[in-house]
Amino acid sequence: MSTNTVISVKDLTKRFGSFTAVDHITFDVKPGEIFGFLGANGAGKTTAMRMLCGLSLPTAGEATVAGFDLYRDAEKIKQKIGYMSQRFSLYEDLTIRENIRFYGGIYGLSNQQIKDKTAEMTRNLKLGKEVDSLVKSLPLGWRQKLSFSVAMVHNPRIVFLDEPTGGVDPITRREFWTLIYEAANKGTTVFVTTHYMDEAEYCNRVSIMVDGRIEAMGSPGELKGKYEADDMADVFLKLARGAKRSDN
Amino acid sequence: MKAVTVSNIRKSFKNGKAVTEALRTVSLDVEQGELFGIIGPDGSGKTTLFRILTTLMLADEGTATVDGLEVVKDFREIRKRVGYMPGRFSLYPDLSVEENLTFFATLFNTSIDENYDLVKDIYSQIERFKTRKAGALSGGMKQKLALSCALIHRPTVLFLDEPTTGVDAVSRKEFWELLRNLQRQKITIVVSTPYMDEAGLCDRVALMQQGSILDIDSPQGITGKFSRQLWSARTEKMYDLILSLREMQGIVSCYPFGQVHHVVPEKDFNITQAQDKIRAMGFPDIDLAPIAPTIEDCFMHLMNHPENRMTAGRNNEH
Repeated sequence: MSTNTVISVKDLTKRFGSFTAVDHITFDVKPGEIFGFLGANGAGKTTAMRMLCGLSLPTAGEATVAGFDLYRDAEKIKQKIGYMSQRFSLYEDLTIRENIRFYGGIYGLSNQQIKDKTAEMTRNLKLGKEVDSLVKSLPLGWRQKLSFSVAMVHNPRIVFLDEPTGGVDPITRREFWTLIYEAANKGTTVFVTTHYMDEAEYCNRVSIMVDGRIEAMGSPGELKGKYEADDMADVFLKLARGAKRSDN
Repeated sequence: MKAVTVSNIRKSFKNGKAVTEALRTVSLDVEQGELFGIIGPDGSGKTTLFRILTTLMLADEGTATVDGLEVVKDFREIRKRVGYMPGRFSLYPDLSVEENLTFFATLFNTSIDENYDLVKDIYSQIERFKTRKAGALSGGMKQKLALSCALIHRPTVLFLDEPTTGVDAVSRKEFWELLRNLQRQKITIVVSTPYMDEAGLCDRVALMQQGSILDIDSPQGITGKFSRQLWSARTEKMYDLILSLREMQGIVSCYPFGQVHHVVPEKDFNITQAQDKIRAMGFPDIDLAPIAPTIEDCFMHLMNHPENRMTAGRNNEH
């Protein structure tokens, strides 16, 4: 792996029987980049992301994530990445402090590191006494910011965000993106899968998957120019309307 | 006659000692044949309002009518006349597509054949899967089946609770096209969504936040009321720019908005002066430009400035 790629993927392919879910995708992601991974339902995003997280073996192709080979070092990859989704993130029946301790423990942090992280998050998220309240009692916006911070508890090189900001008010959403910018500014790579096109506008670069292949890749500005579109939704519609398959 | 009226509705929920005010004195009217949007994030009270209007829940205070009928007294009659598509998939997953639709038609003493013209546009897209179990459909197809089931008894008012949440951009666009076609059949449609960009597809919208209505107007009416200057800002160092602008004199707010930041300055702050000042702060490539506000800018402004909300005056009277 060269020093300026943190994810390097070449002809990555996944077949389930006769069905090719991911079909020879190739791309690189740089450190500190916010990379949007877009596609309609059924385009193959989830399958591709599961491979990159070391959860599913490719059928063919090559890839390194955080410097580790996808076939040989899947377990090492898992230690170097963070993951957050809108649906699953924190244990609602544990307090914030307990969630941090739990995830810190899983990622092998020492007691002292966990203590320091807890103090750091309490300060950054302006939590105060709430650190000892149950996650389920927190407003959704706080929960999202907290689950992002928990996904970053072990200072991963890459954080995978799976549709991170659905349902929150527009101010909270922008506070969340400010956190993402901050993480990227410090060198963490942010890999965002989403089918909300306005989220794509926040990314440095995006790729758009259609029927298992990457049909377009570039900065939002480049893609809008190339497809003569006003916004990313328009780019996406122009590409995805030609899709043959959906998730049925 | 208005299709829907809501007058000073309040509703709170108790959970142990905690009380959640789901609706705090909400009032609105929907005209007949209107495509009316209720726009707000999770927890703004959209679903509670829908449940009260579809007679599934009683308000603590206030009154409401649907199709001229009172929601408490005339609940039986209202149930015959409204179509309701709840936010969660509400069909029978182990019945086939056709069995689900037949079931809902039978409940209302009608048949698929009798009202086929109304659902034809939508149902024809999933009809080739009519023997498939509803639980095995994709998100977009489930949504089309749910809409067909909500329409099969020819309702006068259709309530759709977040029909496009979690649906991809292509299906979302198709769904809004279907709603426009339905509107031509003289059905009043009340639709809720957390996506601000869908507001522009409605005739009028109510913006909701934490149980209160921030404003009700046409999308153009809402953006037209934005009384501040609004600038887009762009530089290589976007994150540093947020931090600097938030500390800067004369800047009211700065939020990331995709490829640019949206900046609200004080009323008398001149854009050329601002540009010079920001350039001197270490952003030689700063690009400021005046822009027109989106619904989202307006929503955020109303969140930060309660005094500008339409309900601010009304609440004071109580």
